[in-house]
Amino acid sequence: MEYYCRLGDGHLIKMTKEDMKNSIEAGTNDAAERGEIPALTDDEQEFLLDIMCNPQKNVSVEPGNEIVVTHDIGTIRIDGDQGNSGVGIPVSRLAGILIHERAFGTDTMELGHIDYSFKPVKPIIFQEQQTVERVNLLATILVLYGAMPNLGLYYYPDGPFNNPSERFQAGDVAGALEAQEKAAEHAHRDMVYIMKNLWDVGCEGVNFDTTAAAGDADFYATLMATEELKRDTGLVVEMGMAAENVIGIHGSIEYKGMRLAGLYPHEQVKVAEKAGVDVFGPVVNTNTSRDMAWNMARAVTFVKACVEASDIPIHVNMGMGVGGTPMFETPATDMVTRASKAMAEVAKVDGI
Amino acid sequence: MGMPIAHVMASGMQGIRAAGDLVARMQFAKRMRLKEAKEYVAKKLGVDVIELVDVEVMRNLREELDIGVVTSVPGAATGIEAKARIAELLGIPIAPVERLKSKLE
Repeated sequence: MEYYCRLGDGHLIKMTKEDMKNSIEAGTNDAAERGEIPALTDDEQEFLLDIMCNPQKNVSVEPGNEIVVTHDIGTIRIDGDQGNSGVGIPVSRLAGILIHERAFGTDTMELGHIDYSFKPVKPIIFQEQQTVERVNLLATILVLYGAMPNLGLYYYPDGPFNNPSERFQAGDVAGALEAQEKAAEHAHRDMVYIMKNLWDVGCEGVNFDTTAAAGDADFYATLMATEELKRDTGLVVEMGMAAENVIGIHGSIEYKGMRLAGLYPHEQVKVAEKAGVDVFGPVVNTNTSRDMAWNMARAVTFVKACVEASDIPIHVNMGMGVGGTPMFETPATDMVTRASKAMAEVAKVDGI
Repeated sequence: MGMPIAHVMASGMQGIRAAGDLVARMQFAKRMRLKEAKEYVAKKLGVDVIELVDVEVMRNLREELDIGVVTSVPGAATGIEAKARIAELLGIPIAPVERLKSKLE
């Protein structure tokens, strides 16, 4: 007998139960070897196999196992373009937040600028302050301000500093490292400037989304911004990562004695805790060439280790291409709901 | 639909339709893990933990406590009014509510 499954790119395939079992075992072992963490137990692998072989199209958790569901990227999903997986409905950001609150059943929501990076917010901070004020009057749920640290915007041709990739290619290693360190200083300064201004008008918190997308210097800038904001304001801080492994583009940057390059989720969260992060969002990337049984087992293994290592709530990232979901713009709900159940009941996450 | 609604239907606590927003607030405000946050909110609401996601219980209870309901009820607290009552119920500061208080001083 064969069961429906999907590849990591979303393509529908059929697999035997034995093939599915082997994929789950290979997926969890891959995470265990890379992260030097425990693989899933035989019982947990069996449970994942049951989820994957469930004959129902969509699955759900058992009553009592529900978890908090939050959103990054905010209302851009409603009024944004395809580049942000938006559906292009012409409504205001305020209306988008209320739609998520009162129609989609979300537990928290997020306001974000259409570019969704911090740097472009700086010149329009007063507009964002005004929007936060209006949102705060009408929204009942917790609304964070979300954006990406996006260190890439600080490098030539988009920013003032040398492009590290070009410097590396030119053999100028010192120049590449210096550019990242200066960019991190500016990104730190901009994130603090923006969030302190939003705090002044009553913003509740910040979501640093896709942290470390530009490598370890990106992570460092965000940790420093978190530390300062927690020291000087009452903002709550959520930190969502960009990838399962922090890319060492700089390679030697440390935060409080911990080298940031190469950290996996169970190590990333300990650094985030030191900076003062309140809720941490680990990411595990989907391999589009492998089946979703392999991907889901691998993601659950990484995230379970992160949950167990953490002293703060863990809200796993489960958008397109991360957290055991297919790398496809409109992911099939059969795989999304299977990943959702697996993260809630095997990894024991505090939220999504 | 593929992500927000799929996750809510598979494993969500349904926000202000039930009590998911209150549990989330305790996670962010006090760094409570899921079990602790659920137990804290259930105690404050005077319900069992399992009832936090029971819309039949929470719909009426939220209207009774006037902490915001998912449907549009004339006269019911919404937005900043609901947040002020939630802050008092949960015993946590909520930034926009603190700002409102400062404006009234």
